[in-house]
Amino acid sequence: MAHEISSEAAGAQVYGEQLAGIDQAIRKTTYWVALLGMAILFVVGVAAGIHAKSIGSLHAFNATREVPWGILISTYVYLVVVADGVCLVSSIGHVFGRKDFVPLASRSVFLAVATLLGGFFVIFFDIENPFRMAIYNVISPNLTSAIWWMGTLYGALMFFMGVEFVFLLKGKHKLATAAGFLGVIAGVAALSNLGAVFGSLDGRDFWYGPFMPIFFIASAMMSGAAAIIFFTLLAYKLSNRKMEPAMKRALEVTAKVGILLIVTTLFFTLWKLIIGLTGGEAKTLALRSLLSGHYAVNFWILEITVGMVIPLVLLVLSKGRSLWLMAVAATLMMFGIFFMRYDMVIVGQTVPVQFQLGVSEYAGLISYAPSTHEILISLGGIGLAGLIFLAGEKIFKGHKSETH
Amino acid sequence: MTDSKKIPEEPRQDEQQSGIDTGPGQSPKAGTRKSGPGETGGVTEMERRQFLKIGLAITGVFAGGTLLSAASVIDNVFASEDDYAEKYPYRPHYSMLIRQSNCIDCERCLEACKRTNHVPEYGYRTQILKKDYPESSGRTVEFIPVLCNQCNNPPCVRACPTRATYKDETNGIIRMDNSKCIGCKTCMSACPYNARYFNEETMAVDKCNFCYDTRLSRGEALTACAEACPAGARIFGDLSDPGSEVYRQVHDIEKAVWVLRPETGAKPNVFYTKG
Ligand code: SF4
Ligand code: SF4
Repeated sequence: MAHEISSEAAGAQVYGEQLAGIDQAIRKTTYWVALLGMAILFVVGVAAGIHAKSIGSLHAFNATREVPWGILISTYVYLVVVADGVCLVSSIGHVFGRKDFVPLASRSVFLAVATLLGGFFVIFFDIENPFRMAIYNVISPNLTSAIWWMGTLYGALMFFMGVEFVFLLKGKHKLATAAGFLGVIAGVAALSNLGAVFGSLDGRDFWYGPFMPIFFIASAMMSGAAAIIFFTLLAYKLSNRKMEPAMKRALEVTAKVGILLIVTTLFFTLWKLIIGLTGGEAKTLALRSLLSGHYAVNFWILEITVGMVIPLVLLVLSKGRSLWLMAVAATLMMFGIFFMRYDMVIVGQTVPVQFQLGVSEYAGLISYAPSTHEILISLGGIGLAGLIFLAGEKIFKGHKSETH
Repeated sequence: MTDSKKIPEEPRQDEQQSGIDTGPGQSPKAGTRKSGPGETGGVTEMERRQFLKIGLAITGVFAGGTLLSAASVIDNVFASEDDYAEKYPYRPHYSMLIRQSNCIDCERCLEACKRTNHVPEYGYRTQILKKDYPESSGRTVEFIPVLCNQCNNPPCVRACPTRATYKDETNGIIRMDNSKCIGCKTCMSACPYNARYFNEETMAVDKCNFCYDTRLSRGEALTACAEACPAGARIFGDLSDPGSEVYRQVHDIEKAVWVLRPETGAKPNVFYTKG
């Protein structure tokens, strides 16, 4: 009898091991499939970018004289703002010493670097003469130009995040904290400045105004919280690691911060609308295309509902503990916020600058829809960010140092 | 960024105060001003006086632009007469007056511009806009030539990261240094007048520069468009020269003169008037 039982147990154990083996194999395959998918997006993006350069933006892009900034700019903004938000949210732990957040540090810093590089990839193909940029941004800077500061501050953020990551790897925590602190300064400055990039264009009523910087900071941190939850859960899903309690706790507080940030961003979105609707004709026209016109689906369904309201409900329901609900919430946010940036950039240009002249050429709204090249390059940037992130999980062994 | 939203409405300094040396472009203009009788562009002389008394610029909506009465036009373009001398000491101070109702949309100016400045077919430096007045009993359509306003407070220059676009310190023209242009298109977003486009031939943003390189610097007195116009719709000249046609018309109190979109604070050097 005893013999039989033990052999049964052994059988079950073998069976269990087999199952675990299969599970492991599936995870491994999923990882490589994900990596391959990202690599393909990236390579296609590179090809589209090079092709666009060779035939000229006039043919390759749908951005025009009237709408000079298309989806490439909005994707760039999306990616660098996610990076910035990741930097700020994760710094609550490793820079400002809130212990709960500390397990997120290494992966988050790496994630910030990855998304920044994705953003730089997109802007590289958007700028007509990127090589001139490398030279003249340095030798002929214009300090009154918010765009100049944007490049410089995001360059600085990239630098500090890179340095911080290296220090974290080497276990030099004091130095990492110092670099992280500088990163936070660069990150906050970059966001307020990004507000100025749009908010200081007095010829564009939709953007003009003092709300932009604060709106950017709130919504950036919101997207940062979403990205941290999304990518951390993804990393654990793809590796065969059990989540450590410290990490669970870290995600729980991130989810709580996320809730707060969604509410703040919703509040500023509404406030901007209310103030905007009391503005001039050109501005209300743009707002109406967002609220009830061409961009209403983007706005109400994608930006508001998918990007903020449903995730808010899910995060509240999850209590920061149901990883499954949090994963869905973070995925929806990453998706919806993309359209938040798109709408902001595009709708800001739909009202022609000469609208008030009342001439027939500029009587209506200008439309823009991204071209194939523009879409592929945008996806290429997202692919590059994903590729770097996933590769990092392998190379740095799941950023294990973080749980020390 | 700081003063760009201000449309200066400070009280005009005493109208009589004109003898002081005010530098280039300052003639004893206030003193030579006569008040005209009757109505100008919908603002009665009475209204004008009253506004002046309380020190406000007269503005109103008028044919596609905001009306600045002749008395206030300089104030709206330059902060004040003294500021003008100090901040915009251009000599010559190139400027253009569009006599809107003279334009017959023959588009000879557009052709001349394209030819002179090698403007590709997908781009333009100047344009003729059409405005319908369906209710009007007379002429039901009006043509409004537009071009770069060579702004005194240019949003494009402020926004350009590499100083590829800049204001010429001698003559006030907004020019391009093509080799520095990175093609970020920020200036195109920043310009409140849609005056810029990306030129794939030069791989830089292109815009009207009053034909500086192609004509003015070669000794020509007029821009290609002004020369080509058969109807006298584009008066080009030196705003710092009291003897010039632009100067006289812009300072003529009997004329309603305005600029486009003054609320952006860009302070254009292209003025508009009827006939
Ligand atoms: S009209 Fe536009 S391009 Fe010309 S100076 Fe003004 S802002 Fe610059
Ligand atoms: S497109 Fe060229 S001129 Fe315009 S802002 Fe960029 S660098 Fe300056």
